[in-house]
Amino acid sequence: MTNSIIHIFLAIVMPPLLLGVIAKTKAAFAGRVGAPFLQPYYDILRLLHKGSVFSTTTTWVFRAGPIVALATAAVAALLIPFGAHPSPVSFQGDMILYAYLFALGRFFTMAAALDTGSSFEGMGSAREATYSCLAEPTLFFALITLSRLSGSYSLSPMLVNISFGVWLDSGAALLMLVGGMFIVLLAENCRIPFDDPNTHLELTMIHEVMVLDHSGPALAIIHYAAALKLFVLGAFFVHLALPYATGNPYLDWGLFIISMLELAVVIGVVESVMARLRLIRIPQLLVAATILAAFSTLLVIR
Amino acid sequence: MYSFPQGFPDPAIVAIIAALITGCSGIPGLFLRRPGAGQVIAAGLTLLSALAGIPAALVLLLARSAATYTLNWGLPFGACELSIDPLSAFFLIPIYLVAAAGSVFALGYWPAAGNRSTERGLTFFYGILASSMAILVTARNGVLFLMVWEIMALSAYFLLVTEHDREDVRRAGIVYLIATHTGSAALYVLFSLLAAQSGSFLLPAAGSLSALPPAAMAIAVVTFVGFGAKAGIMPLHIWLPSAHANAPSHVSAMMSGVMLKMGLYGIFRTLTFFHDPPLAWGIVLTAAGIISALLGIAFAVAQSDMKRLLACSSIENIGIITAGLGVAMLGISSHNTNLAYLGMAGALLHILNHSFFKPLLFLGSGVIIHAVGTREMNLMGGLAKGMPRAAFLFLIGTVAICGIPPLNGFVSEFLLYFGFFSQLQASSLVYLVLLAPLLALVGGLAVVAFTKLYGSVFLGTPRSPGAAHPHEPGLTMLLPMALFALLCLLAGLMPQMALRLVTPVIGAFMPQAALLNPAEFDVVLGRIGLMALVLLGAAAAAALFWWWRMGSARVTSAPTWGCGYQRATARMQYGATSFSELAVSVFNGIIRQRVKRPGLSGLFPASEQCDDRPTETVLERVIAPLFTLAGVSFAFLRRLQHGRMHVYMIYIFATLFILMLWAH
Repeated sequence: MTNSIIHIFLAIVMPPLLLGVIAKTKAAFAGRVGAPFLQPYYDILRLLHKGSVFSTTTTWVFRAGPIVALATAAVAALLIPFGAHPSPVSFQGDMILYAYLFALGRFFTMAAALDTGSSFEGMGSAREATYSCLAEPTLFFALITLSRLSGSYSLSPMLVNISFGVWLDSGAALLMLVGGMFIVLLAENCRIPFDDPNTHLELTMIHEVMVLDHSGPALAIIHYAAALKLFVLGAFFVHLALPYATGNPYLDWGLFIISMLELAVVIGVVESVMARLRLIRIPQLLVAATILAAFSTLLVIR
Repeated sequence: MYSFPQGFPDPAIVAIIAALITGCSGIPGLFLRRPGAGQVIAAGLTLLSALAGIPAALVLLLARSAATYTLNWGLPFGACELSIDPLSAFFLIPIYLVAAAGSVFALGYWPAAGNRSTERGLTFFYGILASSMAILVTARNGVLFLMVWEIMALSAYFLLVTEHDREDVRRAGIVYLIATHTGSAALYVLFSLLAAQSGSFLLPAAGSLSALPPAAMAIAVVTFVGFGAKAGIMPLHIWLPSAHANAPSHVSAMMSGVMLKMGLYGIFRTLTFFHDPPLAWGIVLTAAGIISALLGIAFAVAQSDMKRLLACSSIENIGIITAGLGVAMLGISSHNTNLAYLGMAGALLHILNHSFFKPLLFLGSGVIIHAVGTREMNLMGGLAKGMPRAAFLFLIGTVAICGIPPLNGFVSEFLLYFGFFSQLQASSLVYLVLLAPLLALVGGLAVVAFTKLYGSVFLGTPRSPGAAHPHEPGLTMLLPMALFALLCLLAGLMPQMALRLVTPVIGAFMPQAALLNPAEFDVVLGRIGLMALVLLGAAAAAALFWWWRMGSARVTSAPTWGCGYQRATARMQYGATSFSELAVSVFNGIIRQRVKRPGLSGLFPASEQCDDRPTETVLERVIAPLFTLAGVSFAFLRRLQHGRMHVYMIYIFATLFILMLWAH
C-alpha cells in the first residue's frame, strides 16, 4: 500500500522535474546558468491561470485531445513498475494495454491538430502518424525479449526481473535492446534528434506543431501529459539500462529517483551534442531501432 | 443442454422463420402502388425478425446444442438437412443485426420518394441477401448450400449494381461477378470432393474426416480458394474495394459486415470436418492472414475514396481473423489447447467486433455521402460542425476499428497478442511470437488510415462548396449507427461477456479446448474491461479539472493561428492525400501510387495539375492480363454463343442426353 502511494505520488509530482534537469543540462553545455530546475512547474502553474483562446474552426474533438493524452499517460503510469517496486496495477497481458494506450493518446492528439484546419498542424500530425507507426514494432520486440527473459506476461515481473545477473547472461541481447529503446524513447517523446521541443514555428517540427493552437489550461495539460509520457517511457528504459536494486524498499525508491535524473541528464547531453536529423533520415533511424530490437529478440528465442 | 421454458416456441424454428420473413420482407413492396409503403413494411418485418431471431440465436448459442431438421424435398441429392449448432447460431447474430439496422437506415438513406425506379429492387434483394445468408449457415446439405450460396452471390450483385446507369458501378459489378463465380467453381469441386469422401451430399460430421489422404489436401486448397475469394483474403481480394465502394452504403455495410464473414464461415465449417489437421494448414492460413492484414491496411492508407478506404480495411480485418484462425489451427495441430483457444477466441470475437464497427462506419459513410455528394475525401472537411451527432458516432467506430482501448477492437486483438506471447515459453512454435510486431505495425498503419479518414472528413474547414452546409441526418439513419456504437462500447467495457458468446463455438472445433477452464481468460479480460473504465474515469477527471480551471479565466475565440500568415484558405489545409503522402513514401515498396507531378518551369509557371492515385497492383498487373489472355485464347468458343434461344435449348437437351447415356 505504501509503495502504491509513493508510486502514484512520484508519478504525479516528478515528471516536470525531468524537463527541468534536461534544460539545465543543456544550459550547462551551452555555458549558461539556465532556468531553475523547477521552471517547468512554474510554467505549468502559470498556464493554468491564464485564459484560453479557441479557434473558431474547432469542435469538441479539439478539446478532447489534451484530456485523452493526459488520461492515457496517467493510466500507463499505473501499469509500469518504478524501480524495484511492482506497479500498483498489474495483470497478465498488461504490456499490450500499455503499448496501445499511447496509440489512443496519439490518435486524439492528431485528431485535435487536424481539427484546427491549419496546414502546420496537419503536417505535424501526418509526421507523427507515420513515425509512430514505425516505432510501434520496436516496443513489441522489446516486450517479446523481456517476456522471454522473465517468463512472464506482465510488465512488473518482466521489468523487475532485469538485474546484473540477467545482463551477464544475455548482455548482447539487452545491449541491443537498450540501443533500440533509447531511440524509441527519444522519438516518442519528440526529443532531439527527431524533433525539437523548444521551437514552435519551424516547418520541421512534429509534436510541438500539433499543439500550436492550444492555450491556457489546455496547454498546461499538454505539457504535463508530455512530461508524464517521458517519465513513463523513461521508467521503462531505466529498468533495462540501470537495473540497480538493493532490497531495502526506501533505498530502492531513492535509487529509482536518481536513475530517472541520470536519464534526464543523458537526454540533455544527447540534445546538446546532436543536431536535429533531416526528416528523410528519421524513418531510417526508426527502422534501425526496430532491427536492433529484432536482433535482441532473435538472440533470446533462438 | 438448456431446457427451454414451456410455452415458448423452439428457438431454432424461430430463427429459421425469422430468416424466411426477412427474405419475404421486400415482396409486399413489389405490388404496392404507393412508393415508400413497401420500404416501411420491409424495415418493420426485418426489424421484427431480428427481434425474434437474435434472442433465438443467443439461446441456441449458449445452450451449446445442435437442433437438426430435415426438409422433405424431391431432389436426388440426399436428405435436405437444416441444423443450427453453436457455430451457425454465432454467425446468425450479425446477419439479423446488420440486416435490421441496414433496412431501417435505408428509410432515410435511400428513400422511395426520391428513388422510385431503384428502391423496390433494392429492398427486395436486400431481404433476399439477408435471408440467403441465414439459410446458408444452417444448411447441412452440400447442394442446398451451393443453391443459397448462389442466391446470396447474385442478390449481392443486383444490390451492388443498383445505380447501373454509372459506368464504374457496372464495371465493379462485372469484376464482382467474375470473382464470385470463380470462387463458386471451386466450391462445386469442394462439395463433389466432400461427397466422394463421405458418400453423401450431407456435410460430414465434425471430426469425421481424416486429413491425411491427398483428397483432403485438395479439399483444403479448393476451400481456401472458394471461400477465400468470398472473404477477400489476399490475393483473392480483387473484387472487394470497387464492389464495396460502389454499392449503396447500407448494402456495403451488409457486404462488409456480414457477407465477407460467409466466406470465413465456409472455412470454419470445412475445417471442423477434419480431425488432426496438418501443421501446414495453420501455417498457410496464418501467413495469408497476416499478409492480407498488412497489405490491406497499407492500401487503405493510400486511398482517397472514403468507401474504398473502408473496403481495404475490411481486407485487413479479414486478414486478422484469418491469422487468428490459422493460429488456432496451429494450436490444434500441435495439441496446444491454450493456443487453440486464444487464436479461435480472438478470431471469432473479431468477427463479431468487425460486424459492429464496420457497418457503423459504412452507414456513417452513407450519411457523409448524403451531406457532401461525393466519396472523395479531398473534397470534404469540417462536417463535425454541421452534424455533431453523426461525427461522434463515427468517431467511436474509428477508434474501435483501430483496435485501441477502451473499445471492442482492442479486445480481440489483445487475445491474439496474448496467444502469440503465450508461445514464448512453449517448446514448439516459438517463432509465432514474431507475428506480434507485425500486428503492431498493422495497428500503427490503421491509426494512420483512420486519422486520415476522420480528419479529412469531419475536422478542419470544408475543402469544397459541397461540404460547406452539412445537415444532421434523421433518426432513422442515426439510430442504427447509435446501436452499433453502443455495442462497440459495451463489448469494450465488458469483454468477458463477449468471450462467453464465443466459447460455445470453440467447442465445435475442439471439445478439449471448450473444456479448458476459461476462467483465467475471463479474469484477464475482466481486468481489460476494468482498465477501460479507469481510462474513461481518468479522462472524465481530466475534463472536470480543465473545466474548473477554465471557469475562472477568460475564454475567447479567434481564427486558427496561421503562424503569422493572415490569408489562410481551406485549400491550404492538409488534405487526405497530403496526410498520407509521407506514410506512402515510407512504405513505398508495399503501397503503389501513380503520381503525376507538375513540371513547373520559368519564373511565372502556368497552373498545373498534381495527381496521386493509388493503384490496384494485383488486379491491373496480374489478373487483368490473365483474363485478357484467356479471352483471346478461348475466342473460338464465342461461335457457340449467338443469342438464338432454340439452339441453346438444343445444347441443354444434348448435354442431358449425353450425360444419361454416360450414366448408364
